[in-house]
Formats: sequence, C-alpha cells, structure tokens
Amino acid sequence: MMTSIMEARNVTIRYGEAPAVREATLVIPENRVTAIIGPSGCGKSTLLRAFNRMNEFIPSSSMDGEILFRGTDIYDKGIDPVEVRRRIGMVFQKPNPFPKSIERNVSWGPAINGYEGDPRERLEGALKKAALWDEVKDRLGSSALGLSGGQQQRLCIARTLAMEPEVILMDEPCSALDPVSTAHIENLLFELKKKYTIVIVTHNMQQAARVSDYTAFFEAGVLVEYGETQQVFTRPKVKRTEEYVTGRFG
Amino acid sequence: MTGLGRHHSANNLPARRRALAVFRFACAAMTWAAVLILVALLVHVARQGMSWLDWQFLSSFPSRFPDQAGIKSALFGTLWMISTTAIIAVPLGVGAAIYLEEYARRGALSTFIQINIANLAGVPSIVYGMLGLVIFVRFFLLGRSVLAGALTMSLLILPVIIIAAREAIRAVPGSLRQASYALGSTRWQTVRHHVLPSALPGIMTGVILALSRAIGETAPLVMIGALTYVAFVPEGPLDAFTTLPIQVFNWTSRPQKDFHALGAAGILVLLIVLLVMNTGAILIRHRAERRGG
Repeated sequence: MMTSIMEARNVTIRYGEAPAVREATLVIPENRVTAIIGPSGCGKSTLLRAFNRMNEFIPSSSMDGEILFRGTDIYDKGIDPVEVRRRIGMVFQKPNPFPKSIERNVSWGPAINGYEGDPRERLEGALKKAALWDEVKDRLGSSALGLSGGQQQRLCIARTLAMEPEVILMDEPCSALDPVSTAHIENLLFELKKKYTIVIVTHNMQQAARVSDYTAFFEAGVLVEYGETQQVFTRPKVKRTEEYVTGRFG
Repeated sequence: MTGLGRHHSANNLPARRRALAVFRFACAAMTWAAVLILVALLVHVARQGMSWLDWQFLSSFPSRFPDQAGIKSALFGTLWMISTTAIIAVPLGVGAAIYLEEYARRGALSTFIQINIANLAGVPSIVYGMLGLVIFVRFFLLGRSVLAGALTMSLLILPVIIIAAREAIRAVPGSLRQASYALGSTRWQTVRHHVLPSALPGIMTGVILALSRAIGETAPLVMIGALTYVAFVPEGPLDAFTTLPIQVFNWTSRPQKDFHALGAAGILVLLIVLLVMNTGAILIRHRAERRGG
C-alpha cells in the first residue's frame, strides 16, 4: 500500500475572480510518478505550482484550501516558503538554466542554502543522476547556454536534484524537446522515482501512460478522474476521461 | 510565373519597393545630418581651442591674463563633483529600482510613484538648482560645497537612473527568477545573484546617460553658487569648487577673443573627460554582457 507524501484538500485557485482550479482534492503517493493530464488551460500547471507555492509570484492569484506536505499545511503562517521550495523542487516547461557555467548552475542552490559536504561530489552525483555527467564532465566551466535544449533540461533536473528535494514537480518538462531528448528524460524518471516523488504535468498522454503510476485528469479546473494510470487509461470510470485519453478531444 | 502576376498583392510590389527605398534614404539622411552637425561643431571647437590645450593650460588656475589662465580647479572640481554624484546617485537609483520592481506591491501607490518619477525626469535643471540651494546649501548648511553640488546633481539624475534601471530589471526573464526561487532562494539572493547581473548592461547604459548629463550641467550649479573663480583644488567634499562647464561659460562671456579660445579648449577637456568616463562604463557593461550576466 502506498504512503502519501502530499495532499491537496479542497484547493481552489483563482486568478483575479475566475477560478483556475476548483475544489481539487488528491493525494500524491511517495516514491511514485503521478501525472496530471488535461487539455490546455485546465488548471493542471496552476495546481502543480501550488504544491511549492510558486503561484505567490503571480500577484493576482489567490488560493483556498490546504496543501499538506508530510501532514503539515505548507500555507500555514510560520511556514517559510523558501524552506518549502527547498524540499519540493521544480523543473519548468522551458529549460531555464542560469546564464552561468554548468558547474555554477548545479552548485548555486546548495551553496546559498548552506549545504555542507564536498561540493565536487555533489556536483558529480547530481549530474550523474540526471544522466548528463558523461556529456559535460570535460566542460563543467563552460556556459550552460552552450548546451542543447535536452541537455539544458537535464541540467535543470540536475540542479534540482542537487538540492536533495523530497518531491520534484515537473511542468511539461519535455514539451520543448525533441523525441530523443524526451526519451532520455522519460528513462530518467524511472530511475528517479526510486528515491524521489515526482509529479509531472504533461499534455502528452502517451508520456503519462508510459512514465506514471497514477494519473489525474483535469478539465476546466475540475478533477474529473484520479486513479492508477493503468486503470485510467484502459478502464476509465468517467466517460469524459475515456474520450480524452482516446484522443477524441483536447 | 504567370500565376504570380495575377495575384493582387504582387501588383503593388514595385510601389512597395519604392516606398522602402525612400524610407531608407530618409533614415540615412537624418543619421548623417546628425553626425555632420556634430562633426562641424567639434571641428570648430578644436580649431579654436586646440592651440591652447597644453600642460600649462591643464595645470594652471584661472587668471585674468589669458596666457596664464588654466583649467586645473575646474577639472578637479568636475572630477570631484561627478564621482561624488555617482557614489550618491547610482546606489540610490538602482536600489529604488530594485525596490519598485522586485519588492513593492503593485498598486495605486506604486503607480503614483512611477508617474512622479517620470515627471521628475522632465523637470528643468534650474528647478533642481533652486531646491539644492534651499535644502542643501542653506538648510543643511553645506554651503557652496562639492557635496551640496553633488547632492543637487544626484536629485537631477536620479529619475533617469531609476527609470533605466527599472526597465533593465523588468527585462530580466521571469523564468530566471522562477528557476532561482524554485531552488529555495530568498528574494534578495535571487536579486543579487541573478536579476542584477542580468540587468547590469542596461543599468550601466542608464548610468552613462545620467552621468553624462550631470557632467555637462551648468544651471543648477550656478544656482547653488559654485564659484566661477576658484584658485584652488578641492581637497574634500566640503570644499568650494567650480566645474568645467561653469569655467567655459565664464570665459565665453568675456569680451576678449583669447578667452573665447580658452573656452573652446575647456570644452575639449570636458569632452575628453566625458569620453574617458563613458569608455570606462562601456567596458564594465561589455564585461557584464560577455559573462552573460
């Protein structure tokens, strides 16, 4: 039986007046890959960003409900959002490495958070886990912007891993990548889920089916169906889910 | 090919090409007009002042005899004034821009401040001179000192620095900030390590423009009473001073021809100081750009 690491309870998120997510309740199981799928504008990215308080940078956004991380509401007063984001990392849709060296990209997060231990070891470990080490080990000092898109995205994953987060949120991490780079990152997810909990938003249903253990289907801000991926894709309980996963709309 | 000719949009192609050629010519003409006017001015000034520009001119104090007159006190006064202004105005302006862009909540107050800063950038410099006279010279009892002048100049150029720095900070992509925050960084760490380095080239451009303006301003300094005859070099921020444009203004308003030539030589010195200063700033900007922030 799975253990839960995060939980959204009656989460409603608004931009101004219009709700982007309505009354969403779902449990994120530990050391699993949970996929959130749905048509564009269904609120899936918005919900994902609520899991590490990234919506706070959008001035018009507001949230009701609770998001629990190991039983604690991360929106409680007295909870430092910086601490939340340190333990719940995020990889974005478009690769966004810092315009600095490859090494600095990975070492910056641990450095500003005062991590102890050998930085060199941490750098190598993170790059190896992100399956990037062999490609960059001879040019760690060169700019991250010289890497290909797929390499940049793996560098962003390495950067997140170097923080040793407990949960990694991924917001359509492959949408800007070619099929080969995508396959690279999907393979990576199988390795990563042994140690980390992953929540991935994707508009690519094949990808959700391939990589995830659980799938949540959203439409117009409402959680339509949530269950084991196999079940959601082969025996959906809701008609609308079936129509979506079989490609009849969206 | 026959199919193409029938197409409606293809029919007016020659006319569009002509319009393009006319537009291009107009743009080139304007550019060259500006350049030529500048060159004409420079040539005129250089021909008038070049023969007076020597070591004696640079190392002497003003005099009533043109042969013995020099620009030393004005040159040092300008260097003192502009560096003090930079020390005051750059941190303040960049700090204000960071606050307004990264920290302040968007609202009526922030809009009000923004509009006011934009308006301040357009206020005539003499008004700042009056303000400086009342506040710094008289109220704070700074007298007609370098510091009073620099503070007045800082007021004058702060809006320019703030506006340019805000634009530069706003142009830093949000994805960079998000990447930083997602790694558990605080607002200040994000600003310090990512936003500022990326915005530095744009900020430097604003600083160059602002200081270039300050170095050439005369009116506010005349207003606060920067002396026109100073026979010493300021040794501290509380000493009296004069500046290059004031000295030039003083010489050109005299009847003797030789003093007009001295004025031209003073302009050349001012231009050289400006050029050196801006080259330095551009080098800093260039380095920041090469590092990619």
